[in-house]
Amino acid sequence: MNRINQLFETKSENILSIYFTAGHPELSNIAELIQLLEESGVDMIEIGMPFSDPLADGPVIQQSSQKALANGMNIHLLFEQLKDIRKTVKIPLLLMGYLNPVMHFGVEKFCAECKKAGVDGVILPDLPMEEYEASYKKVFEENGLRFIFLISPQTSEARIHKIDSLSNGFIYMVSSSATTGATGSLSEAQLAYFNKVKSLKLKNPLVVGFGISNRENYLEVCKYANGAIIGSAFVRMLEKPGDWTVNTREFIKSIQ
Amino acid sequence: MSYFVDEKGFYGRFGGAYIPEMLYANVEELRTQYLKIMESDQFRNDYQFLLKHYAGRPSPLYPAKRLSELYKTNIFLKREDLNHTGSHKLNNTIGQILIAKALGKTRIIAETGAGQHGVATATVCALMNLECIVYMGETDVQRQYPNVMRMKMLGAEVVPVTSGNKTLKDATNEAIRDWINHPENTHYIIGSVVGPHPYPDMVSKFQSIISEEIKLQLKEHIGRELPDYAIACVGGGSNAIGTFYHFIDHPEVKLVAVEASGLGVDTNETAATIACGELGIIHGSKTYLMQNQDGQITEPYSISAGLDYPGIGPVHAHLHETGRLTVMDATDKEALDAAFRLTQIEGIIPALESAHALAALEKMRFRPEDIVVVTVSGRGDKDMDTYIKCMNDKL
Ligand SMILES: Cc1ncc(COP(=O)(O)O)c(C=O)c1O
Repeated sequence: MNRINQLFETKSENILSIYFTAGHPELSNIAELIQLLEESGVDMIEIGMPFSDPLADGPVIQQSSQKALANGMNIHLLFEQLKDIRKTVKIPLLLMGYLNPVMHFGVEKFCAECKKAGVDGVILPDLPMEEYEASYKKVFEENGLRFIFLISPQTSEARIHKIDSLSNGFIYMVSSSATTGATGSLSEAQLAYFNKVKSLKLKNPLVVGFGISNRENYLEVCKYANGAIIGSAFVRMLEKPGDWTVNTREFIKSIQ
Repeated sequence: MSYFVDEKGFYGRFGGAYIPEMLYANVEELRTQYLKIMESDQFRNDYQFLLKHYAGRPSPLYPAKRLSELYKTNIFLKREDLNHTGSHKLNNTIGQILIAKALGKTRIIAETGAGQHGVATATVCALMNLECIVYMGETDVQRQYPNVMRMKMLGAEVVPVTSGNKTLKDATNEAIRDWINHPENTHYIIGSVVGPHPYPDMVSKFQSIISEEIKLQLKEHIGRELPDYAIACVGGGSNAIGTFYHFIDHPEVKLVAVEASGLGVDTNETAATIACGELGIIHGSKTYLMQNQDGQITEPYSISAGLDYPGIGPVHAHLHETGRLTVMDATDKEALDAAFRLTQIEGIIPALESAHALAALEKMRFRPEDIVVVTVSGRGDKDMDTYIKCMNDKL
């Protein structure tokens, strides 16, 4: 069974997912970082594949992507670093990035490499649902990969239902009309949106992402969804001086 | 074979709308509304009125006598440099501001490279009393400074963009991010035939006025509507598609697009997308794209800020792939030479972008009876610093 489905079958509340950009701030510690996150109690991990032009990302992930590319990260190297990850790590792993580098790598080859490495799902925000269905779904499914769709406050109810019917993993609920990293407390409008989506009783679990930066936001959004994703705040933390393993443990503890 | 957009937003295998969900509702609103709005009487009247009485159209089609003698053929210059604000960009911004109004938007954003599209956007925003924010790469802010001040005088906020190479691509990224963050009240006026569907088609239609006028004006000058050649420079490709639009289905008209090859197509310092690019996705559109072996978009280079873009409009990718379009290139040096040549023999100082189109004349062979139309997409005022430097270097 796909590890994403397994996770949501055994746990339906307060799921904590962490995003980091592969190759940032260091090029070669991806496996160690993933192991450490699992040990610290993180439920799921999104590994960002850096792109030169990350349209949906705010300054923090933009900069981490630039740094990662300058360090020499690319998809080949990422798979190389993930080669033995399933010897130790059990939690679901997803790759998140933009379509162009994946297309350039070759979609079939990409899916096959994901399967080989033990990746469970993929998030490509700029691959439209219609095109996914027509040209990508088959190869993703053949390789046991879950494709994760985003919804935002602008997504219509009809479209949410369509996305729900195409999904088999979870739905990524973007917390507000924003690029990644925007923070602050949750507004009335956001809560109304969360409530609306919750009331649709979708078949897929919901995980909230974008702008979740601390324990308070995390617990608040978990009232409306099955879990939350922390990205920019974690990426920023990784740049803190000191031992990154200690800093990472402390950060995760501060959330849970 | 259709050279125009299909109902799914594609030109052959190019185009589409590769956008994150956060933009879906906005782009969908535009997609379902733009043709309806453009076909309404109100829109047609307002658009025609502004083109005529505000922009000063039709722009002249000038039979360039001395240039014709030089190349031993018949050259006509389509004078978009005489359009209000100094380039063809206003044709599109007038159209899009009317669309934005019809959609009830109150805040306008735009990207700009040379600053011509930024100025054209700031102009229509002043005219319509709408808030205007223009994203411009920091490098371009410096090399096109007079246009920055024009935008400010027109009441626009100019946001210098510091990501990437700090040029047009990065300004476009930032404008798209702004749109993601302000989905409800904002319309994004894209300045070329790039971006997600329906932008390439919508902007093509607004620029198609160029070839619509060429047909009528040629008829007046020589008694026939079709030239043998239609030549234009291509960054994203809006003045080029405007120049080609009404000739596309007339295979006897040769369409020539001239890319900026910077220091040369065999160097890394180039913006010649069709010559050097591969299939990819940029700013929501599938098209040729300059990228490295990992699918990372590379930084283009051209002396001309308006052609310094790593992609190309999907319509041109398709016209090229189907063999309908001839693609040529001109280097920085060839463009500079062409700018000085036109200035000295016809008394017209062209924009550096347009100078690339003129440079192609040097490499082509014409028959004495050929009718050749070249679009002068803009005037050279904004490029005086570059021209002055060039003159000083020659002294
Ligand atoms: C005068 C002029 N010509 C051409 C261009 C290139 O744009 P396009 O290829 O869309 O016509 C620009 C862009 O800034 C411009 O200012």
